[in-house]
Amino acid sequence: MARFTADNEELAREIISRYPVLKSATIPLCHLAQEQDGHLAEDAMEHIAELLGLTAAEVLGTASFYEMFKREPVGKYVINVCTSIACFLNGGDELLEHAEEHLGTKAGGTTDDGLFTIEGYECIAACTEAPCLQVNYRYFHKISNDEFDRVIDDLRSGRRTDIPPHGTLALIRQHIEADRSAGVASPGGAEQPVWLRDTPALQDQSG
Amino acid sequence: MITDAQPIITTRFGYDDSHTLERFLATGGYEGLRAALRKPPQQVADEVKTASLLGRGGAGFPAGVKWGFPPANVWPRYLVVNGDESEPGTYKDRMLMERDPHQLIEGCLIACYAVGLSQAFLYVRGEMALAQERIAGALNEAYAAGYIGKNILGTDFSVDIVLHWGAGAYIVGEETGLIESLEGNRGMPRLKPPYFPAVLGLYNKPTIVNNVETLANLPFIARNGGDAFAKLGAETSKGMRMFAVSGHVNKPGVYEVEFGVTTFRDLIEAPIYCGGVRGGKKLKAFIPGGASAPWFYEEHLDLPLEKATVDKAGSMLGSGAIVVMDEDTDIVRACHRIVRFFAKESCGKCTPCREGTSWLEKILQRIIEGYGRPEDVDLLLDVCDNISPGINWPPRQTTICPLGPSAVSPIASAVGRFRHEFEAYIGAPVETTVQMNGLAYQAPEPASA
Ligand SMILES: Cc1cc2nc3c(=O)[nH]c(=O)nc-3n(C[C@H](O)[C@H](O)[C@H](O)COP(=O)(O)O)c2cc1C
Ligand code: SF4
Ligand code: FES
Repeated sequence: MARFTADNEELAREIISRYPVLKSATIPLCHLAQEQDGHLAEDAMEHIAELLGLTAAEVLGTASFYEMFKREPVGKYVINVCTSIACFLNGGDELLEHAEEHLGTKAGGTTDDGLFTIEGYECIAACTEAPCLQVNYRYFHKISNDEFDRVIDDLRSGRRTDIPPHGTLALIRQHIEADRSAGVASPGGAEQPVWLRDTPALQDQSG
Repeated sequence: MITDAQPIITTRFGYDDSHTLERFLATGGYEGLRAALRKPPQQVADEVKTASLLGRGGAGFPAGVKWGFPPANVWPRYLVVNGDESEPGTYKDRMLMERDPHQLIEGCLIACYAVGLSQAFLYVRGEMALAQERIAGALNEAYAAGYIGKNILGTDFSVDIVLHWGAGAYIVGEETGLIESLEGNRGMPRLKPPYFPAVLGLYNKPTIVNNVETLANLPFIARNGGDAFAKLGAETSKGMRMFAVSGHVNKPGVYEVEFGVTTFRDLIEAPIYCGGVRGGKKLKAFIPGGASAPWFYEEHLDLPLEKATVDKAGSMLGSGAIVVMDEDTDIVRACHRIVRFFAKESCGKCTPCREGTSWLEKILQRIIEGYGRPEDVDLLLDVCDNISPGINWPPRQTTICPLGPSAVSPIASAVGRFRHEFEAYIGAPVETTVQMNGLAYQAPEPASA
């Protein structure tokens, strides 16, 4: 695995077309590759490099900075338990401990069946809802041990269709129709925007 | 003081379909954009100046002033929206993105029109799947309805808004790190000067970087005028502001309150807000503005949530994150937990931050594990002094960005106020020779409201 499939390559080209400078598409394309393969594969980085006019090393150089890009396969469901300060004060550590016990693997590990990876995570911006966690970046607020067990059961038995496998970030994508697009603003362009003058853009005073 | 001022940016949160265009339009949505487009761009920018809208991302810089920085006749100019929210304790931008994405989009459009920004990038933290979906959905709706893109509402105002994903790195919240990341690089902050991306930013072009909450206030200002906004709040802190109160309180939550007037005590104790410390316990300490902020204590409770007052009392409102610790809190562990964050998230570009934060974390770890040495407390302070000479507030900086000195705050606070807890872990009295400047635990000025 794996270069982009034909469909994904088309998506990749659509994403690239929104940026004035190709390299800006690096992170979005790495996400797309991770969505395809569940992790960020070597071949995918090479393909991204080709599409962006970079070297594979440059893509890796960027990708390796970011925690979400997994260079090795991980579980189908990645569980991030927050243990940052607000959750620490409200049972985050205990929740992580319970998760480790229940799944039989330590934070950073993956269960033998390849279904679950657990991570102790820093603040996920749900501090008032502690203790909390994410499964593939979907939130579970104020979660008790029992609720945790139930979520795991549901995931195991395939009842949580709302949570896509690891790698798929968003189920809704932005799409800009060509005839609606204002176009990219190339840094080489030197024109003052046409609307920037002393008259209002909207002339109708009624409403 | 608890006032009856009405919320500005959380008004749609009660609707199940608050994120849809239909609900948005039924509740005054895009009226601010229409109002803005009926004025010349400069006049819209002037309204924002009149409003004295302070940035809500952490630094509290006036948005209207920042908008005046792009040099004349350098084009194009860009907008970069900072939706990277990841400072421990901070929870408001995600809410705004998930529950009212159109309001944020409308804010972006108003900024682009007023300042002449030719393309906008909405940088959303990678870990926020729902926020990304909601924003993508809202963008698609708004494009189809003619609010974004070419010839907006039939005018010659045209701009694309591009949704961009992060991939997990707190430091890209720092605005120059954000720009590096958006350029497809490792998200390491840039050396200053240039001090303002508004002068030299994305692709080395003038770039306005604004926080999500900052932009979400623009539709109100455009609709009602800068004066209506400036009527709310205190002299130096106008409008309404969102605060997330977490930790040991009865009702943790995110509250939009009148800025500069409401006090910490109001938020923490009033029944309509947090309803007091949990279990009737006593307050031990609280963080007034995110993990980077020096801690406050009982004696600070009556300070208003007002920028200048809090700055003067030795801390900051930062990202609007208040974390409450009750009397049973293990201060050494709490301190370690915050320092661990900065050690993990240091981008590694500057030695004092990269080495300093990780040594601070290791020393705290060994104290907790029972291997602390009597000289360790001095050592913690010494390392802090190397990261931020003098351990002052506001911090002096030996580093490229403020992340390094941020790790000093929890240590200066915890050691300054609760040294005996460190001694208890180490098992011996600690002779501390480093004199802390220690503004973090100085008695506050009498509250002015
Ligand atoms: C280490 C660090 C992390 C930051 N993280 C964020 C963040 O997550 N979101 C944000 O809006 N601002 C963050 N900031 C502040 C930004 O640098 C910048 O001041 C802000 O986005 C400007 O927008 P505003 O003027 O509207 O507040 C951070 C700053 C530092 C030094
Ligand atoms: S202070 Fe820390 S996070 Fe900021 S640039 Fe230096 S090493 Fe990076
Ligand atoms: S501290 Fe856990 S979500 Fe913020």
